[in-house]
Amino acid sequence: MPRIGVFVCHCGTNIAGTIDVAKVAEMAAAEQGVVFSKDYQYMCSQTGQTLIIDAIKEYKLTGIVVCSCSPRMHETTFRNAAQRAGLNPYMVEIANIREQCSWIHKDREEATEKAVILMRAAVAKVCLNTPLTAGESGVTKRALVIGGGIAGIQTALDISAAGFKVDIVEKTPSIGGRMSQLDKTFPTLDCSACILTPKMVEAASDENITLYTYSEVEKVSGFVGNFKVDIRKKARSVRADKCTGCGVCQEKCPSKKAPSEFNRGLNNRSAIYTPFAQAIPNVPVIDRENCIKFQTGKCGVCSKVCQANAIDYEQEDEMITVEYGAIVVATGFDVINLDKYDEYAYSKSKDVITSLELERIMNAAGPTGGHLERLSDGKAPKEIVFIQCVGSRCADERGKSYCSKICCMYTAKQAMLIRDKYPDTNVTVFYIDIRTPGKNFDEFYRRAVEDYNVHYIKGQVGKVLPESSGKLIVVGSDIIDARHVIIPADMVVLAAAIEPNKDARKIATMLTASIDNNNFLTEAHAKLRPVESPTAGIFLSGVCQGPRDIPETVAMAGSAAAKVIGLLSKDRLKSNPCTAHSDELMCNGCSTCEKVCPYGAISYETKIVNDHGVKKERRVAVVNAALCQGCGACTVACPSGAMDLSGFSNRQIIAEVDAVCR
Amino acid sequence: MKYSYFPGCTLKYKAKELDICARESAKALGCELEEIEEWQCCGGVYTMQKDELATKLASVRALMEAAQKGQALVTVCSACHHVLKRVNLMMREGGPECDRINNYMNNEIPYRGEAKVIHYLEFLRDEVGFDKIKEAVEKAQTARKAKDQEDPADGTAQKVKTEPVKDVKTAPYYGCLLLRPSAQMAFDDPENPSIMEDFIEAIGGKPVYYPYRNECCGAYTSIKNKDHALRLSWEIKDSAAGFGAEKIITACPLCMYNLKQEKEIEIPVIYFTRILADALGLEI
Repeated sequence: MPRIGVFVCHCGTNIAGTIDVAKVAEMAAAEQGVVFSKDYQYMCSQTGQTLIIDAIKEYKLTGIVVCSCSPRMHETTFRNAAQRAGLNPYMVEIANIREQCSWIHKDREEATEKAVILMRAAVAKVCLNTPLTAGESGVTKRALVIGGGIAGIQTALDISAAGFKVDIVEKTPSIGGRMSQLDKTFPTLDCSACILTPKMVEAASDENITLYTYSEVEKVSGFVGNFKVDIRKKARSVRADKCTGCGVCQEKCPSKKAPSEFNRGLNNRSAIYTPFAQAIPNVPVIDRENCIKFQTGKCGVCSKVCQANAIDYEQEDEMITVEYGAIVVATGFDVINLDKYDEYAYSKSKDVITSLELERIMNAAGPTGGHLERLSDGKAPKEIVFIQCVGSRCADERGKSYCSKICCMYTAKQAMLIRDKYPDTNVTVFYIDIRTPGKNFDEFYRRAVEDYNVHYIKGQVGKVLPESSGKLIVVGSDIIDARHVIIPADMVVLAAAIEPNKDARKIATMLTASIDNNNFLTEAHAKLRPVESPTAGIFLSGVCQGPRDIPETVAMAGSAAAKVIGLLSKDRLKSNPCTAHSDELMCNGCSTCEKVCPYGAISYETKIVNDHGVKKERRVAVVNAALCQGCGACTVACPSGAMDLSGFSNRQIIAEVDAVCR
Repeated sequence: MKYSYFPGCTLKYKAKELDICARESAKALGCELEEIEEWQCCGGVYTMQKDELATKLASVRALMEAAQKGQALVTVCSACHHVLKRVNLMMREGGPECDRINNYMNNEIPYRGEAKVIHYLEFLRDEVGFDKIKEAVEKAQTARKAKDQEDPADGTAQKVKTEPVKDVKTAPYYGCLLLRPSAQMAFDDPENPSIMEDFIEAIGGKPVYYPYRNECCGAYTSIKNKDHALRLSWEIKDSAAGFGAEKIITACPLCMYNLKQEKEIEIPVIYFTRILADALGLEI
C-alpha cells in the first residue's frame, strides 16, 4: 500500500492569498493512500524541506506530493530533498497551484476547489509512480558557439580561458558582427574598432579557439554533453592556407557592382572581397553571383594577379561533423525592414537613413570616409532630425511590441557627436520616452541636451515629405507644447527597431530550443536561468535572447561561458530516466512513432518476439534512451498503445484524469 | 461581363464627367456597369460612427441588391467607396449593429456582407487587367493616327477632340478615403501606394512621384475654415508641380473641389476616368 505525504505551500501570499491552503491540506488527508498532510509558509525554504524530510522518515512515506509553484521552478529542489530522506526522487509529484491556479484566479472559493482537484490528480498519479534511476552519459569537452559577433567572441574567449576547446561558426566571411560596423560606443565614446579588433585577434590566435567563418550549421543531433553538429564550410574560392591577404585581387577585380553588406548597401564592393579592412580571417571570398568568371567563364583577373596562387575556382563547399558537449547561440540581430513605415519616406529618399547607416557614414572607414554628408548630393546637412521608436513599442502589427532598448542611447550618442564635430548643424530628436537606465547613461543623455544643445521634442513624426528642392519636410507634433512642428530637414535618421537575425528561427528549430513570437530565443527561467535555453546543453548569449547593449552582451557572454564551463568540467552527466519504451508484444511496426520523434531516438529492429509461447520474427520499435528527451509525442501517436513513457505512463495520466473528473 | 454600379449623388450633378467617362470606358473595354435601381445617398456626408445606423441603411440596400444579383459592386467616387466598403465589412463582421440593421429592414434572409465592393481602379486592375487596357489604348492610338492621316489636307475634317495622354507627366492624387483605414479598405499600401501609378503607366502616361499624393486636401474643412483647406490644397499642387507634373488626377469629387478652389498654382486637375476615356479615344 502506498503511503503518501502531501505538503501544501503558502508561497507567502502568492498562493495563500487566493487559496485556502489549510483546507487543501485537510482535504488531502482524506484522500486514499495519504497518511500525512501539512501546509507551511515556504515549503522550499530550509525549514520547509526539513519538514518534508522528517515526515518521510517518520511516516515511512513511499511518495510525496508538493502543492506549490510550477515544477520548472522547484521540482529539482523537492526531488533532492526526497533523496536526502532516502526516497527515490521520482516518487515526488508537484501540483502546480500557483501559476496554474492562484495567480490566474480571483475567487477564493473557486480557486480552492481547483487546487484540491489538482492535488487529487497528483496524489492519484504518485500512487502509481515507480522508482526510477537516472542513467549516465559522458561529456564531450568541446563547445560550439554559433555567431561570431561580440557575444560569440567573448563567450569563446571565456570558455577557452578555462582550458576548453571551442569553435565559432560564423556565417559571414569575417568575425566581428554588428559591433564592427559601429563608429563610437556609448557612454564612453571609445571607438568600436579599437575595443573590438583586439578581441577578434585574440580569438583568432587563441589555440583553444577554432574559427569557421563563411560557414553555417546545417544539422544538429544528439543531446546535452553529446551533440553532433554538421557544419557547412562554404567555398571561399580562395585558399586560406596560401592567401597572404595582400588585397591586390580586390583592387583589380573588374566587377564592383555588388552592394556592400558591411556598409549596409550604401556603396558597392568587388566580387572578391573581405567585408572590411580589419576582417578576420584576412582571406577574401568570391561572391559567385557577382563574379564575372563564375557567371560568364571569362575574366580570371584575380587568379592572374594573385602572387600566392591562392585563387581556386574549383573549390567546393566542405561538410564537417564535429562533436560538442555544449552549444551557445549568439546569432545577434538586424534592423527591421522599413517597407511598412514609408510615411518616413525611407524608400523614396536617399537622405532618409537608418541609425546603423549613419554609423557607417560617420565611420572613417565608411563610404564617405567619415564625412557627414547627404547621400543624394554629397552636401553637408545643416538640419538633421532623428526619429526614435521606428517600429519599436508599436501597438499594431506593423512593428514590434517591445522596446529595442539601445536606440535612446545611440541616438543621443550620434546627436552629440554631430553637434561636436559640426557645431553649425542643428539636431532635433523626436522621442516617445527617453529610456536611459544604466551606469552613466542618463548623465550621457543629459550632456547631449545641456552641453550639446540637441533639441529633444516629445512627440511623434507623422510624415516626412521629400520635396523637389531636396529638403525633407518633417511634420510632427510636440505634445508638451501641444503644437504642430514642421522642420525642413536635410537629413532624417530613423532609429529602426532591432529584431533577431533572420536565421534565429531556423537555428532554434535545429537545436529544439524554444523561441518566442518575436523570434527571440527563450531562456529557461526569466529571472533565475537567463542564459540557458530550456533545452539542456543549449546556452544563450547576446541579442538572440532579447535587446541589449554591448556591456550587457559582454556580461551575458561571460555568464553563458560560465555555464558552459560548469557543464564541460563534469565527466559524467545524469540523464533523464523519464524516457519512452516500447512493448514489443503490442508494437505492430507501423513507424508512426519514428516519424513523430523530434530527436531521432526511435529506430526499428527485426527481433524474435515470444508471443505467448510462439516465437515470431517481428519488426519492432526500439528507443535509444540516451537520445530520448521524454517529450511523449510517440506515446500519443502510437496507434496500438505499445509506447509508454516512464514517469508519465498511460496509466498514470488516466489516473490523473479520473481524479480530476471525480 | 456585367457589374453592379453605384454612381453616388455627386456623380449625377457636379461630377458628371467622372461618371460618364467611367461608364463609357467600361463599355469600350467590354464590360457593362449596371446601375443599382433606385439607389440613395451612401451616407458619405455623415461620419462613420459605429452607433449611427440610420445613415447606413441606404448603403446596405445597395449592397444587398448587388449581392442578390451575384455581381461585384463597382464604385467610382472615393467617399462612396469608403462608406460602402466599410458598411459591408461591418455587416460581414456580424455583431449587434448588423443584427439591428437586419431587424429594422425586416430582411427575411439577414444580410451578412456577401457583396464584393470594388473601386473602379481595382476593377481596371483586377477585373479588366492593366495589360488589356494597355492593348486597348494602343489600338485606339493607332486608329486615331490612321484617321488623322485620312483627313483632307484642307483641314475641313474635324480633328479628334480628345486630349493627349501619352507621355504626359501625370501626378496621381490618392487623398485619404481610398487608403485609410488601411486594414479595412485593403486598397493599397497606405504610405506607398502604386495602383494609380500603374494605371497611368497602363494608359501610356508618365507617373510623377510627389510626397503629398496621400495627404489630405482639407475635405469638409473648406466649409468652415476655407483658408486651411486652401493651404493644404496649395501644398499638394505645389509639390506635384515642383516634381514636374503637368496634370493631377483624382478619383474624389471633394478633392477635386478643394484642389480647384486653390487658384494660385496653374495645373489642371482632372478625374482619372477622363484621362482613361481620352486614352481610349472616346469623344465624350
